[in-house]
Amino acid sequence: MDNPASRAILDPMIPNRKHDADVLIVGGGLNGPALALALAQNGLTVAVVDARPAPARAETGFDGRAYALALASQRLLAATGVWPLIAGQAQPILQIKASDGLAGDGPAPFFLAFDSAEIEEGPMGFMVEDRHLYAAFLKAMRDEPKITLISGETVVEQTCGPAEASLALASGRRLTGQMIAGCDGRASGTAQRAGIGRTGWGYGQTALVTAIRHERDHQGIAHQFFMSAGPLAILPLPGGHHSSIVWSERDDVAQAIQALPDDQYLAALRPRFGDFLGRIELAGARFTYPLNLTLANSFAAPRLALVGDAAHGVHPIAGQGLNLGLRDVGALAEVLVEAMRRGEDIGAIDVLERYQTWRRFDSTTLALGMDTVNRLFSNDNPILRAARDIGLGAVNAMPGLRRAFQRQAAGLTGELPRLLAGQKL
Amino acid sequence: MTQTTTIDPAEVAKFEAMAAEWWDPNGKFRPLHMLNPCRLDYITGQIAAEFDRDLKGPRPFEGLRLLDIGCGGGLLSEPMARLGATVVGADAAERNIPVARLHAEQSGLAIDYRHTSAEALAAAGEAFDVVLNMEVVEHVADPLAYLTACQQLLKPGGLMICSTLNRNPKSFAMAIVGAEWVMRWLPKGTHDWRKFITPDELYDLIRRAGLQPVDRKGMVFNPVSWKWSLSDRDLSVNYVTASVKR
Repeated sequence: MDNPASRAILDPMIPNRKHDADVLIVGGGLNGPALALALAQNGLTVAVVDARPAPARAETGFDGRAYALALASQRLLAATGVWPLIAGQAQPILQIKASDGLAGDGPAPFFLAFDSAEIEEGPMGFMVEDRHLYAAFLKAMRDEPKITLISGETVVEQTCGPAEASLALASGRRLTGQMIAGCDGRASGTAQRAGIGRTGWGYGQTALVTAIRHERDHQGIAHQFFMSAGPLAILPLPGGHHSSIVWSERDDVAQAIQALPDDQYLAALRPRFGDFLGRIELAGARFTYPLNLTLANSFAAPRLALVGDAAHGVHPIAGQGLNLGLRDVGALAEVLVEAMRRGEDIGAIDVLERYQTWRRFDSTTLALGMDTVNRLFSNDNPILRAARDIGLGAVNAMPGLRRAFQRQAAGLTGELPRLLAGQKL
Repeated sequence: MTQTTTIDPAEVAKFEAMAAEWWDPNGKFRPLHMLNPCRLDYITGQIAAEFDRDLKGPRPFEGLRLLDIGCGGGLLSEPMARLGATVVGADAAERNIPVARLHAEQSGLAIDYRHTSAEALAAAGEAFDVVLNMEVVEHVADPLAYLTACQQLLKPGGLMICSTLNRNPKSFAMAIVGAEWVMRWLPKGTHDWRKFITPDELYDLIRRAGLQPVDRKGMVFNPVSWKWSLSDRDLSVNYVTASVKR
């Protein structure tokens, strides 16, 4: 029974163990800051460890890198207060036209057209440049007292113990928290250190990314051409006369094109989408990204969760990578905030498994769906080509089916986290 | 942190193993872990409503003294302490106490765990704002005497949350045949179905004990989503009630 000596450990003067932050976020890209904001605005303290020095990224000039934000993603940004900081620099996507194309021929006659007038929610999404989005996240994080941003630091060691998680940084600094969120991309060190394996494969394809200036106004229309080598996306940027180009080719072809001087690069690009935008010229830096699919074998472990590309790196068709990541952010924030309000231990595996159960099916099916679409369209087999032309035409002819595709593309389907419906937690 | 305890160091390993068992969401106490979010939703919602607390704010239960009867490994005591309540956890099973203490200490939570009973605490004149009385009443020999002790433990205006199992053919099928015999979620003999109490019987007992029942909800397991949720209508198996001392 009660013994005075046994009461020492119950001494109310012993404070609750203090951590540096409730949640330690590894990765300061886009998902990390979005998660930090969603958590901090709902009462959790957060430390964000970013390998890059912050000012270097914030001072980037126009480089053409941009994201197609689905409507649901835009709502999450609005709910976390980031949207007002970039709304003026966002281009609404009013229509998406998808078509089959053959290099040199321009688009085939069967068009799949998505028009925002067909869904009542508004535009299909928004084009936002990377530099504006990151700068907005940076400002919002700096204005939030519950967030500590640690830039220019890398993690060298992590431990997930029975009662706390900790990170050791290259500088020797040590951080403790209730859990770690790995937002550190497709080569996630957080996943590696936790011994979480990955499943994936390359496509033998590389994405060429740049921005062009064009003579005619794009009128807010995004184009996706499914070419034999891989998809070509033309995504409208603000002002009407700039578009972002994401262009996939076989690895060797892409390397050869990337090595060309600007005028010849442009000459290689021009016939691939015809002349509907008039004269074109390069307007941004040229980037290449090898395409591969990589899925973490699990999204959660005791005191650890993987978010975005760290959990599922997908082929960047239709800009779904960031959109999927922000769905993870919305789901994880909702699970953690609910758990906190119940008094649960937010790093406990039964709490984090709720996040995994919620997100794993959705992201895996989408990853594999994207993969199938890519494999189906990256092929010159005339039978497949005829079949997919008829398929696209059939989808286009059926408004119900088209609207369903459209809601999927706008990120409005599935069990939507509250933040992605524009609601507060 | 250093502390003195009466725990024999040789026993610590055993207690650690037992704490790990209590707190393993996929272990022996899995049914309680699965039920816990649903129970906590009800408990936190009722406390917040009764004492006008904002669950969105930090440590919303600060200043409330709370008793968790039948605390076991501390599955409810720890969340309540995290939300700011001053918690006493009581259990009639002596071996649970050092186990719960050890886990709370690891979690950095100050919780006063005691091997004692509601009746003994009432006799000692202890008083609480909230008494949690979860899945206990179906195990006691004299429910009315037990609920009367709970009533005595409450300060005026205090709140008791009491959950138990309904008595009908469905609860027999679910709680005894399903949970104990088929799923093996609970050891055989955990429950004696004849001691289960219908919601009306419980309301009657609560009133006779001197409390005023104010709310009751069902706790329903959905085998498709594999989740428990609260229900206004279905009190056919597990249910939970809130009562106040006027």
